[in-house]
Amino acid sequence: MMIYLLTMVLFGVGIYGVLRQRNLIKMILGIIIAEHAVLLFFILVGYRLNGRAPILSPDAPITNMVDPLPQALVLTAIVIGLGTTALLIALAMRLYGKYGTYDIAKIRELRG
Amino acid sequence: MVELYILLILMIIGSVVALEVKDLLSSVVALGAVGLGLCLTFLVLKAPDVAITQLVVEILSIIILIRATLKKGLPMVATGGWAFPSVIGVGFGVVLLLVAIQCFPDLPKFGEPMLRVSQHYLDQGLKQTGATNLVTSVILDFRAFDTLGEVTVLFAAALGVLAVVRTRGRKKLEQAGAIADE
Amino acid sequence: MSKERTPGMSVIVKTVTRLTAWLIMLYGINIVLHGHVSPGGGFAGGVIIALSFIHLILAYGKEMVLKKLSEGLVEVFESTGALVFLGIALLGTTAGFFFKNFLPAGEPFHLFSAGTIPLSYIAISLKVWAGLFAIFVALVLLRIDKEQG
Repeated sequence: MMIYLLTMVLFGVGIYGVLRQRNLIKMILGIIIAEHAVLLFFILVGYRLNGRAPILSPDAPITNMVDPLPQALVLTAIVIGLGTTALLIALAMRLYGKYGTYDIAKIRELRG
Repeated sequence: MVELYILLILMIIGSVVALEVKDLLSSVVALGAVGLGLCLTFLVLKAPDVAITQLVVEILSIIILIRATLKKGLPMVATGGWAFPSVIGVGFGVVLLLVAIQCFPDLPKFGEPMLRVSQHYLDQGLKQTGATNLVTSVILDFRAFDTLGEVTVLFAAALGVLAVVRTRGRKKLEQAGAIADE
Repeated sequence: MSKERTPGMSVIVKTVTRLTAWLIMLYGINIVLHGHVSPGGGFAGGVIIALSFIHLILAYGKEMVLKKLSEGLVEVFESTGALVFLGIALLGTTAGFFFKNFLPAGEPFHLFSAGTIPLSYIAISLKVWAGLFAIFVALVLLRIDKEQG
């Protein structure tokens, strides 16, 4: 259970970054860290002690393998996270072009 | 599993460094270290497919992040007000941990997963699909709708980035194209 | 970003890029084609092929690469990949239900086995590399100076 708690601490660090930081890029870094924590939690739930990777080889029989279903879901989620990061960075760069700063306190003042 | 604990603690330290350093380029480098630690953790947990994908996606997202932060004359990050937002942030973390401690005894013990559906995939995978990579048979044969959804999400993200970038009038686009590039 | 007026990076970087860019692309194609036998698959292979083109843009500057491979061609690749994937799924309806694997599953551990899975992976890799390359070109062409007005 200690491992799950450490994963929750990583998630908490990411959310703390979103809530507390004033710079836009640091907020985006917080979202990325929270996403890493969630993917790690998925793979941790599906692990079997002394298991094998879920890939057959010509000599070893099918004995205990780890769970292949969370790995399929996480593979999809990693590529979706990349698309989300790219869209967030494009929006941040447009905001920098319009207001000249990444600081959200100043962006609130200059209502262009 | 000592190496799992070491890698997790390294990831937590790296993420705290990434969020607290004043220079933006250094924090992006620290995020790269967190991603590499995650890839090594996936290798320790016997998931090679996921580790390969995480490594190359991390490289690409670091390149995109550096593109946004590498400019001359970028001002240093200012830290905001001290007392009240800090208390709220730390209080949120404590509440999250307390709720998590209540919920975790319901999960199966670490190392003994409940393979209800996956046992059927492990037994019948080779016979029904003919693929020897069982994760592939789950992605593209047993659960192919999720892959269709993911292809749609990537398509929508590419369309979104192109729409955000090109919201300029035609005159400004020609003016910007006439100036010498970086 | 550089003080001289020649685009791209220095001579050492350009010479090494000429030796490594095609190696990376060949490795990516290998990972895509062996997706049903060894770990990897279409997503990782597509990102690796996109990284080889991004390697060329970073070393030689964006005009020289975009002259050979214009943005319209990249968008044609992306749409082709998505349509081929959807077509394979719809062809399964003639044999049973949506997404049914209708080609024969051959012997395991061979390259031409497992029905429609290698074809689906080729279509997915086309879509992933074209989409990510289009995103990167759009972010490079966006100029970050302050606009007036």
